[in-house]
Amino acid sequence: MTALVIRGATLIDPSGERRADVAIDPSGLIVAVEAEIDSAGMGSDVRVIDAAGCVVTPGFVDLHSHLREPGKEEAETIESGSRCAALGGYTAILAMPNTTPAIDSAAVVRQVLELGAASLVDVHTSGAITMGRRGDALAPMGEMAALGVRVFTDDGTGVQDDRLMRRAMEYALGLRGRGLPVLLAQHCETESLAEGGHMHEGEWSSRLGIAGQPAESEELMVMRDLALAKLTGAVVHFQHLSTAGSVELVRRAKAAGLPCTAEATTHHFTLTHAECASYDATFKVNPPLRTADDVAAIKAGFADGTIDCIATDHAPHTAESKEAPFDQAPPGMLGLETAMALALTELNLPIAKVFDLLSWKPAQILGISATHGGPIVVGAPANLCVVDPAADWVVDPAASASRSRNNPYRGRAVRGRVRHTVVHGEAVVIDGEAQR
Amino acid sequence: MKHLLAIADLGADEIHDLLDLTDSFVEVNERPIPKVPALRGKTIVSLFFEDSTRTRLSFETAAKRLSADTMTFSVGTSSVKKGESVRDTIETIEAMGIHAVIVRHASSGVPLQISRWVQGASVINGGDGWHEHPTQALLDAFTIRQRLGSLEGRHIAIVGDVKHSRVARSDALAFTKLGAHVTLVAPPTLLPPSLVGWPVDVSHDLDDILPKLDVCYLLRMQHERMTEALVPSLREYTSLFGLTSERADRLRDDALIMHPGPMNRGVEIAGEVTDRPNVVVIDQVRNGVAVRMAVLYTLLGGQPDPERPDPAPSRPTPIRLNPETATA
Amino acid sequence: MAERERRLTRPSGGVFVARTRVMSDDDIRRAVWRMAHEIVEANHGVAEVVLIGLQTGGVPIADALGDALAQIEPEHGAAVPVGTLDVAFHRDDFGLRPVLPPAPTVIPVELTNRVVVLVDDVLFTGRTIRAALDALGDYGRARAVQLAVMVDRGHRELPIRPDYVGKNLPTRRDEMVNVSADGVDLGELVR
Repeated sequence: MTALVIRGATLIDPSGERRADVAIDPSGLIVAVEAEIDSAGMGSDVRVIDAAGCVVTPGFVDLHSHLREPGKEEAETIESGSRCAALGGYTAILAMPNTTPAIDSAAVVRQVLELGAASLVDVHTSGAITMGRRGDALAPMGEMAALGVRVFTDDGTGVQDDRLMRRAMEYALGLRGRGLPVLLAQHCETESLAEGGHMHEGEWSSRLGIAGQPAESEELMVMRDLALAKLTGAVVHFQHLSTAGSVELVRRAKAAGLPCTAEATTHHFTLTHAECASYDATFKVNPPLRTADDVAAIKAGFADGTIDCIATDHAPHTAESKEAPFDQAPPGMLGLETAMALALTELNLPIAKVFDLLSWKPAQILGISATHGGPIVVGAPANLCVVDPAADWVVDPAASASRSRNNPYRGRAVRGRVRHTVVHGEAVVIDGEAQR
Repeated sequence: MKHLLAIADLGADEIHDLLDLTDSFVEVNERPIPKVPALRGKTIVSLFFEDSTRTRLSFETAAKRLSADTMTFSVGTSSVKKGESVRDTIETIEAMGIHAVIVRHASSGVPLQISRWVQGASVINGGDGWHEHPTQALLDAFTIRQRLGSLEGRHIAIVGDVKHSRVARSDALAFTKLGAHVTLVAPPTLLPPSLVGWPVDVSHDLDDILPKLDVCYLLRMQHERMTEALVPSLREYTSLFGLTSERADRLRDDALIMHPGPMNRGVEIAGEVTDRPNVVVIDQVRNGVAVRMAVLYTLLGGQPDPERPDPAPSRPTPIRLNPETATA
Repeated sequence: MAERERRLTRPSGGVFVARTRVMSDDDIRRAVWRMAHEIVEANHGVAEVVLIGLQTGGVPIADALGDALAQIEPEHGAAVPVGTLDVAFHRDDFGLRPVLPPAPTVIPVELTNRVVVLVDDVLFTGRTIRAALDALGDYGRARAVQLAVMVDRGHRELPIRPDYVGKNLPTRRDEMVNVSADGVDLGELVR
């Protein structure tokens, strides 16, 4: 690896905003943060990155990516998913466990971590709460936590059984007590209400003749987990909240002092169920796209801190599977490469707050603030991205690094583009091109 | 008009044009030789992913009476069962050289998806999931027009499982576009969760509305609905919403009783009622062929005139052979 | 028949402009009387004759011929059936022209063993008459089919010839002939 100097940019990190150059040495650590850095003093093998007019920020952290490996490599692999992440400015991502086989044992965890070692970004993996994600027996969380797994979720489904969820929470607390700070994350969907639904139940599902999932199918599980969290003392992280009701429930719980965290995806603050009118299954996702009021509530949730972070729920699916009839197609959309641009374009929040949602907060929730999402200071590992906040571009799915093409933003004009991404000192993306 | 996918896409004018054209095809069907060469050389395929003998036969008869060649592709005997995707299926069929395809599928939206994949063929929706069944609505509207003169101002009730009914959706749209007043009659569990944007009234009381109706349109009540906890039992459904003899007596004599078929005698309609003169189910079926002929003729016809011509053919003035002022 | 299509088709948004009046309304009436006599003569009476006017231009002429026959032949003349025929579904150029709104076809009697006299306003390429012959076949096997036209303007593309003609009118191909109750005009389509 060569040394790097990022020159001419404005730094925005949890400690504030300042104009400074950043120097990174071949070990991957930041060695200087000063107004003007002369690269001559750094040896012959130095790469200078011109970042004039740009902003440097800690690399983004995604708490919700589907990397499809093992099992569905035709849709994405850990490596191709990590390339998408790097192009989107992410330096760390959390893989979801709904692979084939599910990530519910040390053996599969090891396999994923090995595959992730060669990636462009840091790949962390979650583990399933229940065996096979079937919802009837607890998975060996301790064994997986010993390998570094910090987040447990059955994502793809929620844990339906109340008693089992309570036990999972109590057990997780026990692991915390042994110095393994595990976090339970929930995909909130009450199947008895949502079952058979393929989009939001409402005006559009009625018009299109498609069975719907009512907002309450998500809210009922949010309510349950808040109650169980209060009962057991566990901390729950709510994944991909999508309804105004869910946001309000979390808001009230936080106001009442209950520790919990929440994320929402880019598609849930940019798209509504009206998109389904084309019957294009690119717009089919779980939880589904909802109403304009729900979109407004999500945005308000970011602004007032109810929702802690943006997650992508990057969910690749082959073109053929997404061409199936709407009610037969698998749910999910791509997201890693477009998240930052959509957040900057649509959220109307100060840029530092946007980076907080994309990087600093998720790093804290994942427990990796020591290496990601922290202040840009001498001695810290160099996990950074360089963003041109004024660059206008149009989303073109054909130009994606993903193996899949289910991108709902084709043709959309956005502002804000990642120019470079540095992971542990290695420039994995330069001028918008992945270096490997 | 390239495709016929939904009544929602049609304006009142377009519906009227199709119904006017249907009159001509009713006449053709009454000829000793009910066949015209208009679509000779055209190939029309029925692509039925969901079984339906009646609709398929109706379309095939329509195509044959227009002298088109027909092909049937039904899922039970085809490669679709072997896992071929809908897209591959339609692209294979189109490669054989077809001009129109009639699609029926259990999933809403498939005809629209197919219309995006075809290279030049016209797509006709033969019924998609719970969404629409446009030719059914056209033949229903035509039958009402034929019997009552016009739909303007008529009060039509659509009774039964509206939630799962593509016929109900298409009918409600078509009837209201033609000026009728539509009321959906069903228990709340059999209505769509949201009726925002539907130009209809709703009632849970069939008895209350019967004497006011010009048309009572009954939907099939399927046995599966019981297992989904949508109604307690078929018996209860019939006692509250079925067209029993007593209820049929309270309809006006000139009110029409309609049904898309096949009828569940004893459930949504009493056996005895089906024999009454104001039950026009046979007319619906007969008109179905003429309506489908009109649809095929329109879709496979010439390029649309950029300036839409005056729709009514000009009536030439009669020649007066013995005018008062002239001598023969 | 061809004229009706041009009126409705307006392929380039043009309008018919008359240049010369080639028949007056009296000329038309005289032609009708003459043709009616010719029909009686050629068929040795009208006992088996059926008049069928092609939509829409042939219809008033067929009606006028029916009137004339009723006045000429007291015994069977008044009972000569008059029908109408729309050949839209039998044209050989389907797909090349816009779909026209149909006009009624009413064939009031069985045609088997009858002499059908097709009646049209202008005979031009002959394609409309070919379509009419095709359509007639659906209604039974006529003993004979004859053709009466008010104007024969030449330029035949098929071997079709009229039996009764009001006026032979040589025309250029790009000219148009318009027949109405007021007279027959020669003109052109002006864009």
